[in-house]
Amino acid sequence: MKYLDEYRDGRLAARLLREIERKVAHPWVLMEICGGQTHTIMRYGLDELLPSSIELVHGPGCPVCVTPASILDRAIELAQRDDVTLVSYGDLLRVPGTKIDLFSAKARGADVRMVYSPLDALRIARLNSNRKVVFLAVGFETTAPANAMAVYQAHREGLDNFFLLASHVLVPPAIRALAASPDNRVQGFIAPGHVCTVVGCSDYEDLVQEFHVPIVVGGFEPVDLLQAILGLVTQLEEGRAEFANEYTRSVSYRGNLEAQRILREVFEVADQSWRGLGEIPQSGLRLRGKFAAWDADKVFDLQVPQAEAPSACISAEILKGLQKPTDCSAFGSVCTPESPLGAPMVSSEGACSAYYQYRRHSLVTIQ
Amino acid sequence: MCLAIPGKVISIGTENALRIGRVQFGGITQPVSLDFVPEVVVGDYVMVHVGFAISQVNAEEAELTYIALEQMGLLQGELPSGEEAEETEERL
Ligand code: SF4
Repeated sequence: MKYLDEYRDGRLAARLLREIERKVAHPWVLMEICGGQTHTIMRYGLDELLPSSIELVHGPGCPVCVTPASILDRAIELAQRDDVTLVSYGDLLRVPGTKIDLFSAKARGADVRMVYSPLDALRIARLNSNRKVVFLAVGFETTAPANAMAVYQAHREGLDNFFLLASHVLVPPAIRALAASPDNRVQGFIAPGHVCTVVGCSDYEDLVQEFHVPIVVGGFEPVDLLQAILGLVTQLEEGRAEFANEYTRSVSYRGNLEAQRILREVFEVADQSWRGLGEIPQSGLRLRGKFAAWDADKVFDLQVPQAEAPSACISAEILKGLQKPTDCSAFGSVCTPESPLGAPMVSSEGACSAYYQYRRHSLVTIQ
Repeated sequence: MCLAIPGKVISIGTENALRIGRVQFGGITQPVSLDFVPEVVVGDYVMVHVGFAISQVNAEEAELTYIALEQMGLLQGELPSGEEAEETEERL
């Protein structure tokens, strides 16, 4: 139990693990959607503590990892213009576009700044009225309302030097694409707790009906995840497929109505391309026409995206749960967090980065 | 950038028509939009994601979650460092 010693409730975790061991009779493949959950699983070695018949595969729930290179290319192109200040979340600055990343653009003189919140992006725009401030925003349903609020606020303030360059992704259509795919291996999903905190649970109930697959909402701490895994295994062993919420301290059935309201006011659902997964119908968000004056894609004349260059990166297979980071020939050699080849190595929520941080020992023993 | 971090609301005001609270996370204080949690008052604990409170949590839960996130090394990248936070405060 060495991994769990430091956790606040090692005894509860140990009890949950025993309960899972008692319940499990068949091999099951489970997927956690959210990258924060992947990080916890690796950090505490939950995958190694679970019975070997339970395989955890890591889903596409790291927004940075699924942001298409074409968006980064457009951001880099904008950043290189004299009158533009490009602001974005720290993780995104290191994600490779087809040629370079935003950090390299900054090193070559572009005005690129890191922010922790859309509120910072707005502040930069207010303070620099002579600059065109482009906010490169990505995210799932958790982040989209905050990004939406930034545009809503720019509109309200008449801030005409603030622009959103956005790539938003929605979780339920991604689960649908994975579950419907002929090579799908996943038999139960752990839904992302903070996405559900915002949008509520009804979409996930629909997915359970549609694919007859159990879905349990999980949190981010080891005990939360073990509870979700126990819920899934119990259902699977009993031949049930139901929706359950194991993260009730944050998630209510209806979600955050205020956040949903602003999300609907500013964005509409649109087709979206995901790095690694390709285009998924109705899986993204675009600004409504009313906000066109703040839409970087509409305001700036941007180049058509280049085709993604072939690379050793197998992140597509990883995001679909078909391969593990350690299956990648570049893992830990050519591709490291210091010089990432693919996006899942950049963000601390990316599966490759989580494996690199916590699982290098297994790589060493393999070699 | 996909986590939510719990913090305590220590004051609430209005800035540019946004409902902005000062929220304390461990040793630092940050401006946070409370527009999505209209029911929250000073002294409450909220889960904050990219500068926006997305839900309310109770004090004990907030404390334990914060410790767990800190132990997991997940706070880095979600919140500014002490120095950066001071800069933000100064600019306000
Ligand atoms: S280790 Fe690097 S190259 Fe391999 S899949 Fe992960 S991000 Fe891509």
